[in-house]
Amino acid sequence: MSETFDLGVEAMKAQLDAKVASYFSSCVHCGLCAEACLFYTETGDPHYTPIYKLEPMKKLWRREKTFWGKLGASLGMGEELTEQDFADWETLVYDSCTLCGRCSMVCPVGNDITYMIRKQREAFSVAGYAPEGMKEASRRALKYGSPMGVTFKTLQATLSHVEKDTGLTIPVDQKDADYMTLFSSMEIVNFPEYIESIARIFKSAGVSWTISSKAYEATNSGIQIGNKEIAAELVGRVVQAAEDLGVKYVVSPECGHAYTAIRWEGPNLIGRAFNFEVVHILELLEQLQSEGRLKLKSTEQTPLTLHDPCQIVRRGGVVEQPRVLLNSVADNFTEMTDHGVMNWCCGGGGGVSANERAEEVRLEVFSCKQKQLNQTGVGTMVTACANCRIILEEGIEHYEMDTEVISLTELLAEHLQE
Amino acid sequence: MIGEFIDGPLWTFALTVFVIGVIWRIASILMSGVRNDLAVPKGSAGNGAFRAIFSRFVPERTVTKRGKLQLIAGYAFHLGLFALLFFAQPHIDFFAQRITGFSWPAMPYWAFIVSAELAFAGLIFLWLYRLLNPVTRLLSDLDDHVGAILVFVVMLSGCLALAQSFEVLRLLHLLLAELLLLYFPFSKLMHAFTFVMSRGYTGATMGRKGVNA
Repeated sequence: MSETFDLGVEAMKAQLDAKVASYFSSCVHCGLCAEACLFYTETGDPHYTPIYKLEPMKKLWRREKTFWGKLGASLGMGEELTEQDFADWETLVYDSCTLCGRCSMVCPVGNDITYMIRKQREAFSVAGYAPEGMKEASRRALKYGSPMGVTFKTLQATLSHVEKDTGLTIPVDQKDADYMTLFSSMEIVNFPEYIESIARIFKSAGVSWTISSKAYEATNSGIQIGNKEIAAELVGRVVQAAEDLGVKYVVSPECGHAYTAIRWEGPNLIGRAFNFEVVHILELLEQLQSEGRLKLKSTEQTPLTLHDPCQIVRRGGVVEQPRVLLNSVADNFTEMTDHGVMNWCCGGGGGVSANERAEEVRLEVFSCKQKQLNQTGVGTMVTACANCRIILEEGIEHYEMDTEVISLTELLAEHLQE
Repeated sequence: MIGEFIDGPLWTFALTVFVIGVIWRIASILMSGVRNDLAVPKGSAGNGAFRAIFSRFVPERTVTKRGKLQLIAGYAFHLGLFALLFFAQPHIDFFAQRITGFSWPAMPYWAFIVSAELAFAGLIFLWLYRLLNPVTRLLSDLDDHVGAILVFVVMLSGCLALAQSFEVLRLLHLLLAELLLLYFPFSKLMHAFTFVMSRGYTGATMGRKGVNA
């Protein structure tokens, strides 16, 4: 047994809180969670059943917290958690779970299976059983401030292009601005038009905002891999920058898990409430519109549908805002079947997109989204997450579909009333 | 002699183990603790918990579409069992005499028969499904089977003892029910109580986020 394995077991024990204890006590092995998981529905492999991905944690819970487990342990009998369990379950825990939370919505006894998988990753990460791609992303995030290695110089170059294209000045390190805006590396590198859209919308709505040169990255590899030290360090940088600048709000970008990281996990990671509020960009845009500051024109005739990013909608609570905004500019918006909090994941959340090993299964299960799109019969899909967007585009390419993916914020920027 | 033991001391012992065991299990879950959530809530945790405890009785479309038979069997078994346990005349008489000191209206004989048929059909289907479906077969352990078998034999002996004309059958039913009570706190049967907690915890978390779960 390695030293890291022992640490992993200790980390797992630390996760056995009342929620986990009630969940394992209630689970009757009905298997209905499988029917909500695209990794099972698209492959038919029972090993992808969400609750089965928690067998290592269940084994430890049983030994540590139940009568029969404790009795067995005292008699030197019963099943113990082994290092082989970590090795055997690593791919199930990281490659075939996007932490989308759909299983948690259907469990008859109400188990938040996603919460448990997220917690189980803490132990796997400590024990050293995590995908190389995610480990590398975490190292880059700590060293450069971005999982993709995007430095502030790279961002500056992007901002220069945006300023040139729009004729606007992008405020950087402006003290006492109202809003400090974060981006995901994916937006900086692949979708700079998102930054341009933000600049144009904020200008139009008269928003006082800034970007911090110290903390501009919203994503959090520490949360995806399950390393709370890394996660806390990355959140801490944002908090420090926001408090140094004295902003009232931090704006989470379209990226789904970034919102969960800073909005819901952030204060718990650093152990205190923030001195500012966190808002998702869609919450802010909807608020600006309701206040009459964001004026949009409804001229979009193209049939549109909406892909709900799991972490924003199901796990984040930003459900109605994207619909209100989309209906403001689109005359032909059609919901997918299973939309809103019961949407189907793109297949690349929870760090799966940063895990090269998972690419094959990720593309295989994209057939779920393909079916949804075919049912809807709409050729343009709007979304509000850069990670979803790139995964959707890859899936569309893989399945040779004729579907366009666009960002909701960018769509709104195109429909600004000048 | 054996009959007196089953009717007397064993019943008292089984009931005591059941009550203390259930309280111990619930207390041990609660004492595991939950960290205080420092994120500013969007909605009420209490409302979310209350909502989830009841809303999960109504399945999501994904389940009604993909797990239809399991769902119907689950409802049939649970509703049938609930009706038998609390509204069969012999049970009401037993509860009134041994526990509550008061009785309540019993269901008619035809309703008893329907309840028993529903409960048996549901339990048998769910058990076969557990054995034959690749997902449930993979997940299931000894506890699942012991629990199912115990409930089955308790129900079966209960139906056989319905007429109460054979004291032996009544005692057999009581003995099996006592075994079930003794096993209950140490098994998955605890979900009959802990489902409130698991739904409540999840509902509270999601309620804070403003999500109806």
